Amino acid sequence: MTTSKRRSFREPSLLTKIGLQLAALGILITVLFPIIWVFSVSLSPLNLIRPDGLNLIPKDATFEAYLQVIERPTSNPVSFFELAFNSLKIAGGTALASVGLGVLAAYPLSRLAFRGRTFIMLVILGVLMLPAVATLAPLFVTLNGIKLDLPILGAFNLRNSQLGVGIAIVSGALPFAIWNLKGYLDTIPRELEEAAAVDGASQARIFRSIVLPLALPAIAVTGFLGFISGWTEFYYSWMFLTQPRDFTLAMALSAMTGTYASAIPWPLVSAFSIMLTLPPAIVYLLSQRFITSGLAVGSVKG
Amino acid sequence: MSILTRINRRSLTPYMFLAPAMVVMAIVTIYPLIFQFWMSFTDYGLANLRQGAPAPDWVGLENYVKILTSELSIPNYSFLRLFLYNIFWALSNVTIHIILGVAIALLLNHPGLKFKRIYRALYVLPVLIPPIVVATTWRNLFNQDAGAVNMLLELVGQVFRIPPETFSIDWLRQVEDPISFVPLPLSYYAMLIANIWLGWPLNAVVATGALQAIPKDLYEAAEIDGAGKWASFKTITLTYLRPAMVPFAIYGFVVTFNLFSLAYFMSSGGPFGRTELLVTQAYRLVNERQLYAVGAAFAVVLFVILLTISLITNRISKATARYDDF
Repeated sequence: MTTSKRRSFREPSLLTKIGLQLAALGILITVLFPIIWVFSVSLSPLNLIRPDGLNLIPKDATFEAYLQVIERPTSNPVSFFELAFNSLKIAGGTALASVGLGVLAAYPLSRLAFRGRTFIMLVILGVLMLPAVATLAPLFVTLNGIKLDLPILGAFNLRNSQLGVGIAIVSGALPFAIWNLKGYLDTIPRELEEAAAVDGASQARIFRSIVLPLALPAIAVTGFLGFISGWTEFYYSWMFLTQPRDFTLAMALSAMTGTYASAIPWPLVSAFSIMLTLPPAIVYLLSQRFITSGLAVGSVKG
Repeated sequence: MSILTRINRRSLTPYMFLAPAMVVMAIVTIYPLIFQFWMSFTDYGLANLRQGAPAPDWVGLENYVKILTSELSIPNYSFLRLFLYNIFWALSNVTIHIILGVAIALLLNHPGLKFKRIYRALYVLPVLIPPIVVATTWRNLFNQDAGAVNMLLELVGQVFRIPPETFSIDWLRQVEDPISFVPLPLSYYAMLIANIWLGWPLNAVVATGALQAIPKDLYEAAEIDGAGKWASFKTITLTYLRPAMVPFAIYGFVVTFNLFSLAYFMSSGGPFGRTELLVTQAYRLVNERQLYAVGAAFAVVLFVILLTISLITNRISKATARYDDF
């Protein structure tokens, strides 16, 4: 602490300070430029064929693009909220499934010695190396061969359903969740668990009353990461789903962007992009504090 | 291994915790991977997909041979070009990300800079935006007729009295290479710009963390010893940055190597498939061409490539030991 106050360094000159400020501002402009551009195009009237200049607030600025996005963003008869609900179901379901199963599996891998531990970890590590695209063909073919007839949902092809997309996503998300949670559990001190074991608590009890509460930040982070990737998942849903009522936000965005300038509904695409980005960004900003708080450190020190 | 809790070797407890996840993984992850391996030796195609269709024929290594010798009957396919471009794409991006990330971290760490917290908070905004939105936005930014990039260039050009028609640039589809002796299409440079925008902020965050861990006295001692700015940067700053940046560079390399969104949504692999990556090619084989067996074999090839890369990078991260190991 004292060393930083003992400034033996020369104070930077005014010219240096101005130069630094200009450089930082210049970088800030390049960072914000695309974001501001999208925002300004999203305020353009719907009959705009193409942006005709760089205006911060466009001529005849209006929110009609947002209203149109909420009501019917694509030519399919689905509203933004129906698309968002589909994305929410897929993202929420896969995040819950992978974190729930993942934390159960991470506990013995992090804490207990047993036969096959190394093998299981190697398998998970190997699977993690594969990008999601790499299991597309077998998942598509396999799920396509399964016809389900469920009580409420009726008869359907598993491939052409959100359940099928969810299964495909879990295929990659579960190994990631296990690995991530195991890595976090490894950093949690064991004193509390050892004390509980001395007191005669069972493994199940130790897991439920000690490990689970301590792992909460990691569970939240892993769940959040899973949710984010599910919220904008594209490969599987684009490949699997054919009925407009099942479509997701990412699919709609991809379908909206045409190849030629005149074919792009500029204000709609921009408003849609913003509405697609806001929910996860807001959740991230709100939970940042919670995510970075060190619950594990506190409980041992206290 | 001594840190692991020793429990009765016969105890079933670990397996009961593992069972749910392992059963699910066996069905949705491991089985598809094994099935994929089998598929890759067959001619599984659209005809074998419908219910009650005949089983595909065994073709041995034919799919692999066709993939590696670029004999696939799809347009613009060359395995060697795809592979070399993919390596170059990842290397060029990561190099620029790290240099920019470190440079901007140094700027943010400079005692003369004001409002650091605001800059730090705003600089990471690109990371919060979903990849598909980033890719479609940059694709629109580079649009020939209405994109902001061309308009910005026109504005700058006006100052120098350059006619605006000069900047009707078809960034993502122009066939001629912009630099005649460098065999890279214009869309590569456009995607490079987009990915620089996306990639440097996280590098700067990592570098900032490492910079703040450097004891200030080291610089003072160096100055007293008469070391110049460059010498103390090389011996102190870089030494402390390396252990943080090397693993992150490796991570960045793998992420960029498999970066689906830009190549798929921005350039669609064009022009003539020259900006296609292995992952987007794998997706197109299955999704657009319905060549399921070829796609499966392609995925196996991709796995071998990624395995090799991770073995090499493991070596690199071991070779660049941490400074406190010396």
